[in-house]
Amino acid sequence: MHDFASAFAAAADLITNLDSQLVEIVALSLRVSLSAVFAAAVIGLPLGAAVALFKFPGRTAVVVALNALMGLPPVVVGLIVYLMLSRAGPLGTLGLLFSPTAMVAAQVILVTPIVAALARQVIEDLWAEYEEQMRSLGAGPAQALPALLWDGRFSLVTAILAGFGRASAEVGAVMIVGGNIDHVTRVMTTAIALEVSKGDLALALGLGIILLTLSAVVNGAAFLLKETAQRRNA
Amino acid sequence: MMQTTTDTILPLRLQDVSYQVGRMRLIKDMNLTLEAGPRTAIVGPNGAGKSLLLRLCHGLLKPTAGTISWQITDSREAGSAQAMVFQRPVMLRRSAAANVDYALKLRGMDRDERQERIDEMLGRAGLRRLAGQPARVLSFGEQQRLALARAWALRPQVLFMDEATASLDPAATHSVEEMIHAIHAEGTRIVLTTHDLGQARRLSDEVIFMHRGRMLEHAPTEKFFEAPENDLAQAFVKGELLWWKRRELDTEPRHQPRFRR
Repeated sequence: MHDFASAFAAAADLITNLDSQLVEIVALSLRVSLSAVFAAAVIGLPLGAAVALFKFPGRTAVVVALNALMGLPPVVVGLIVYLMLSRAGPLGTLGLLFSPTAMVAAQVILVTPIVAALARQVIEDLWAEYEEQMRSLGAGPAQALPALLWDGRFSLVTAILAGFGRASAEVGAVMIVGGNIDHVTRVMTTAIALEVSKGDLALALGLGIILLTLSAVVNGAAFLLKETAQRRNA
Repeated sequence: MMQTTTDTILPLRLQDVSYQVGRMRLIKDMNLTLEAGPRTAIVGPNGAGKSLLLRLCHGLLKPTAGTISWQITDSREAGSAQAMVFQRPVMLRRSAAANVDYALKLRGMDRDERQERIDEMLGRAGLRRLAGQPARVLSFGEQQRLALARAWALRPQVLFMDEATASLDPAATHSVEEMIHAIHAEGTRIVLTTHDLGQARRLSDEVIFMHRGRMLEHAPTEKFFEAPENDLAQAFVKGELLWWKRRELDTEPRHQPRFRR
């Protein structure tokens, strides 16, 4: 019990003194996850909208696949990206394995289906409401797409935040493709795993508290954003 | 520049038009010509096919049989000379002005011209002071006026309206009707559906009476209300609650056993 309390005290100390190791890890985590979420949004939002709006053969299969991929196990994604990027793999010549870029790539694969699947649902519901009016104004699905993404912006932000939650919390993929190398690819989740196994609870707890706070802030912001938007736009 | 159609798209011709979903024939063998000029009210009970007919005319639905043709053959051009207002106004999640702007932008109008048109239309709809408000926080009546303003801004040759006042209170209905008068006065052909017979009287020059997917009467409004030829139309105009039973009751042989095979 005493150990536990002193670990908390040490963690608080690390945070309040902005310990350089801690700051470095948090910064890299944010850099990796935000880049991944940005790329996933750029790919996933139009992809989800396109699946929602266009009829094509195999559409149902794509919808089911997108929904299923939302639950991709991070370790499996990590393994696949590892195999692709390893020396003998098809993209081995790029020399990206154990770099932050590789971690971003793995997280993009994890997050894109989440953003796309949620965006598809949002856009499909909106289109059901708008279709006749849009067609009457002379806009088919292709012309209506930007307006639908804009009109669905508040729900889509929630989709993106869901993606961010996934990216910042996962440990399996970044561990495998990043390798948890100190000062290079060590992020919050991998650091926590390592420090716990080493028995250094202070750093692990400090990182854990920051990770939790980050998650609470992000979700709180999402909630407030949606509330305000709903009040303003009925 | 906005694509403007100088050619008139009217008359609209429906030849043997049917619309079927599964095995249900919802519009049956419709033959109809809508000439330029008069305002048309399509009346009839719920489920008669009024809204379907409107959507077929506007091109939102394709007939399963028969042909629907405008005077001009270019369907894009014909489409851009029409507009439609729905029972529930569909407002984009942006300001009132931006809703009108969006419709004009789709027609390729340049910015200055759009600005002028938006201002004019919101003024005529009595919505100028609400221009910057999000369209979705406007009252239902204001939203419907905005929907009309958006349609009117396109300067359509034909304006379709599907029960445009069905969910409005009398005051809001009145202001929408005023707008419809003004739109018509500027030369737009009005085709509307309603189950408010008073409104049909106020807003139309001719009436199409529909029942179970068929057009049973097509007559000048005055004649339709004074002396409808069709007996179902007579009962409908009189407002008999069980008017659709009338034919069955009337045609039932009175002095014979009812269930004889």
